[in-house]
Amino acid sequence: MTLLLVRRLPSRLRTGAGVQRAMLLTGAVLTGLFVLTAALGPLAAPYGHAQLREGADLFGSQQHPDGAHPLGTTIAGYDVLSRTIWGTRTALLIIVAALLLSVLPGTVLGLVSGYLGGRLDRLLVGLADALYAFPPLLLAIVVSIVISGGRSSLAGGLGAGACSVAVSFVPQYFRVVRAEVIRVKAEPFVDAARVIGTGPWRIMTRHVLRNSVRTLPLIFTINASEAILTLAGLGFLGFGIEPDSGAEWGYDLNRAVADVTSGIWWTALPPGLGIVLTVLGTTLLGEGLTDLADPRLRRRSGTPAAPTDGAGDDE
Amino acid sequence: MSTLTQETPGAVTAPADGAAGYGLARYLVVRFLLIIPTVLILVSLVFFLMRLTGDPVSAAFGDRLTPDQLQAKIHQAGYDRPLLTQYLDYLRSLATGDFGHTVTDNQPVSHVLTTYGAATVELACYALLVALVVGVPLGMVAASYRDRAPDAALRLFAILTYATPVFFVGLLLKLVFAVRLGWLPSSGRAGTGVQLFLQDQTSTTGIYLIDALRSGDGTAIADVLRHAVLPAVTLGLLMAGVLLRLVRTNLIGTLGADYVDAARSRGVAPLRLVTHHATRPALIPVVTVLGLQVAGLLGGAVLTETTFEWKGLGYELAHYLTARDFPAVQGIVALFAVVVAVTNFLVDVVAALIDPRVRY
Amino acid sequence: MSDLLRVEDLHVDFATDAGQAPAVRGVSLSVAPGEVLALVGESGSGKTVTARSVLGLLPGTATVRGRVLLGDGTREPTEDVLTASAARLRALRGTHAAMVFQEPATALNPVLTISGQLTEGLRAHGRGGSRAERRALAVEWLGRVGIPDPAVRAGHYPHQLSGGQKQRAVIAMALALGTRLIVADEPTTALDVTVQAEILELLHRCRTDFGTAVLLITHNMGVVADLADRVAVMRAGRVVEQAPTRQLFAAPAHPYTRELLAAVPDFGTGVRERPAAAADGAPVVRAGRLVVEHPGRLGRRGFRAVDGVSFEIRPGEVLGLVGESGSGKTTIGRAIAGLTPVTSGELELFGAPLTRRRGSAGRIGYVFQDPATSFDPLLTIAESVAEPLVVHRRELGAKEIRARAGALLEAVQLPRGLADRYPHELSGGQRQRAALARALALRPTLLVADEPTSALDVSVQAKVLDLFTELQREFGFAALFVSHDLAVVERVADRVAVLHRGRIVEEGLTGLVLGSPRDDYTRRLVAALPVPDPVRQARRRRQASDVLEEGVAGA
Repeated sequence: MTLLLVRRLPSRLRTGAGVQRAMLLTGAVLTGLFVLTAALGPLAAPYGHAQLREGADLFGSQQHPDGAHPLGTTIAGYDVLSRTIWGTRTALLIIVAALLLSVLPGTVLGLVSGYLGGRLDRLLVGLADALYAFPPLLLAIVVSIVISGGRSSLAGGLGAGACSVAVSFVPQYFRVVRAEVIRVKAEPFVDAARVIGTGPWRIMTRHVLRNSVRTLPLIFTINASEAILTLAGLGFLGFGIEPDSGAEWGYDLNRAVADVTSGIWWTALPPGLGIVLTVLGTTLLGEGLTDLADPRLRRRSGTPAAPTDGAGDDE
Repeated sequence: MSTLTQETPGAVTAPADGAAGYGLARYLVVRFLLIIPTVLILVSLVFFLMRLTGDPVSAAFGDRLTPDQLQAKIHQAGYDRPLLTQYLDYLRSLATGDFGHTVTDNQPVSHVLTTYGAATVELACYALLVALVVGVPLGMVAASYRDRAPDAALRLFAILTYATPVFFVGLLLKLVFAVRLGWLPSSGRAGTGVQLFLQDQTSTTGIYLIDALRSGDGTAIADVLRHAVLPAVTLGLLMAGVLLRLVRTNLIGTLGADYVDAARSRGVAPLRLVTHHATRPALIPVVTVLGLQVAGLLGGAVLTETTFEWKGLGYELAHYLTARDFPAVQGIVALFAVVVAVTNFLVDVVAALIDPRVRY
Repeated sequence: MSDLLRVEDLHVDFATDAGQAPAVRGVSLSVAPGEVLALVGESGSGKTVTARSVLGLLPGTATVRGRVLLGDGTREPTEDVLTASAARLRALRGTHAAMVFQEPATALNPVLTISGQLTEGLRAHGRGGSRAERRALAVEWLGRVGIPDPAVRAGHYPHQLSGGQKQRAVIAMALALGTRLIVADEPTTALDVTVQAEILELLHRCRTDFGTAVLLITHNMGVVADLADRVAVMRAGRVVEQAPTRQLFAAPAHPYTRELLAAVPDFGTGVRERPAAAADGAPVVRAGRLVVEHPGRLGRRGFRAVDGVSFEIRPGEVLGLVGESGSGKTTIGRAIAGLTPVTSGELELFGAPLTRRRGSAGRIGYVFQDPATSFDPLLTIAESVAEPLVVHRRELGAKEIRARAGALLEAVQLPRGLADRYPHELSGGQRQRAALARALALRPTLLVADEPTSALDVSVQAKVLDLFTELQREFGFAALFVSHDLAVVERVADRVAVLHRGRIVEEGLTGLVLGSPRDDYTRRLVAALPVPDPVRQARRRRQASDVLEEGVAGA
């Protein structure tokens, strides 16, 4: 599915108009930069994410930005720039983990529930509605308590974060896919397949599923944003990843709260901007894609005066 | 001629008025009853999830007490009984408004809820006000200027409010307005003096603005308001962005509807088309979706309160989380679940009232 | 007296991603006071765009050239809608020309009351004095257009009115502003034929009682014959012919007009003559006291769509099932195909009771109403046509299946090159041909065709109907042909069953039932249908009003 997204992007870029195009382009560039930074993290960052000293000398606490530390150091004595760069890695990992954990179960449940209907459907819808109405952050807190008791290594923190995002996103994929399946199920072409005598499994996979997933790329981007924001929220509440196991923006912001009151800006701004730019990138990407799928724009590309039945039929 | 004054036989006719009113009442009752399973599912989910980690006493004191002391404490709190018994017991006490006791400071959780709930309610109301005042008009502007500069700018603004975590917005506002410019206080709900003064009042509501207004003390009112600005804007912006996008999308939908074209074809002015013909049908889905955003608002409140040391339920939640006091966490989360379910019910009632198709 | 509307050399282009697309290319026409000018053409001819430009209602993507002049009938029209200021345009809208839309359900705001919407126009033009006076005026006009209990109805919301009442309310809104010209864009297309007759009657009266001129946009030649004084025929953005109605029907000058008129099925002249189907042999379908109910929501009572219907279809016979919307005709077709469960009664297919439809699968072909949605958008036409073979005759192998699909497409006269196209790349007529090919893939004994031509333009409809008849002769299948259009059914069916509110009210040989109907409802249905011949229609109209009145009195 992500492949589909990537494949469609160039053609979408060409056909888009004005604002849509700018948004899509900005989103694509920001997202590209983010992935690149995450991949090249070790090369780009001056120090390790948990590094406190160069040789025998400690970096020192709350150092102003200077040559050795372009963005200064934190209260604990970490290099801010390095931790911000390493943070892209954690963010990318959480996105991938959250997507993996939410897309498959959500889609399968939505497909089966929507197509078969009946009691199973009602049960799942009730459950999904209840979960959907629950503050995702609180759900994330509860799940992360369950998984790691709140004390986290990188894997534990990521796992907890991904699971908690998944818990609130499985219902979302479920709802969207189910709604689409119910819409598609009512389409005459599915009736046509039923009249032919096609079995339910073949109808579900060949006709319904493939026509029900067109809105998913948009939800991917929302899911990705939400994953980052949830992990950051957890970190900010002190439920994230411990600093020596990984760099996580939310945790760094939590440590920066006291700095801000005393006027130290360099510990808060970089991780904060990291979050903003990453989420901005994915969101713009998603928005741009939705805009281009807008029926109004599609109608514009299908010319109103194009020869249709009247003028250009068969013969 | 008589064919003109008569309708097709068998044409669909409107239901009698009495039956219509009955339909609405029935809808509301059914909708109200739906709160119960929702709350039950959530409370049970939280209960069992929390118990998966083991008993709350060990979680809170595991590294500080000897095994014997721990055992005694566990037994005293009843955490060594079968899980199902604990669960039923928990449900029973919940039904009577008893949310259990905190482990760390042994208070009734219901006491925590009443003490700090007012602060959260106050913050949420401010934020909602900011969101409505900012989000709805801007959404209308964006829709009217669709795909032109103001629309593009407003959409970017909305996306930015979504992309920026509340606590980062809070930190930025704090950095600029409290630390650099020094215009507004950086944290708390009121200055220390005012806080003491307000708590000394006879019969307090816990909502500082109301208490201050009742005391009639000008400095207290000003102080309370000054403290409220930054948290209210922080949390309000989060919702304002969502609201802006919702209003924009739905208004664009209704502005393109045939009935708006029809009104335009009768010479109705553009402004009135937006305010009178397109907005109300557009608001129906907005209200419904906004109800679902209440969940997000509560999550945002936790982070906002932590950022500004606004001593409400969210702040306490973070505090109890750090202390690993899980019965307190469970109680607060359960209360939030109830609040969300009830709000969604109220939202559906409002939606029904503005949509004649549901009303009749 | 001078013209109310004069359109001079109108050009409209739409901006698209692929550049400028012309929709209207140099249209000139005029409407005199009290005159009904019909603007006819098939989809994409530019007739609706022309109509909307009269009120300046084109979207922002449109570029318009030419002049659209509106006047009040006393002087030469001078106000150009295209260059008028925004304020002036608003003043013209509603007073000099008013619009009646195709779909009354969407032309009314669902959250405002009828009188609230009616008074909006009055308010915008500063008419009617106080609020209470405006409301009184609204009630008065609702009464004049024939809405019963206008004082009560005025306070109702659109969803509480029937489709016909909604369209009356829309017309009242146009009349209340004292407009001299109504632009009616397909005003009866969304309505049932008996309701259409009432709305046509009302439009007649707009002219006789209020002196209002009408610019009537329609594709329905029967409506033209019924209402219009003059006709302008549009094709591909141009007016190809303009003539007084009787002259146009009697002696069409332009080849396209001739083609168009020839394609319209002319009711009452088209009973097809063919040897009666084999009366012996077991019926293909036998329904006895068939009942189908759609379940109600949340404990509400279900809706009985089909209420005790009995009929038979014999081998090789075409049974036409006619009725208005909600009569249950589609439901019967779906029940036979196993798409909707039967609530009670008997339904036998091929001599065996219809159980879990497995047994009958492959022996029934089905053609759906909307060819645009009845193909999986992600499969090519060839793949879709081959699908029945893949499901039931997998043993044939991919190559043989592909060859057979090709042969089927040939049988329905689709060019070979279209096989690997996707459905959206085909025209409506081509898609419906492909749908026939798919339905016939397994050589079914029975074909169910659910309004197979109602989504098509009339010239395409004619070709698809010819194809249907030809295939039926060739393959010899029995068919259930569901349609709301009596003229179409008359053309293809051996026997006809008329459905009304879930019951068959009359059944028999096509010529007998439609030619000399015995049942009141059938008579009303036949009388309400406007025929595409102004002379005959004028006669029918006089007779029809008696039948329709009778029907009302009898109900």
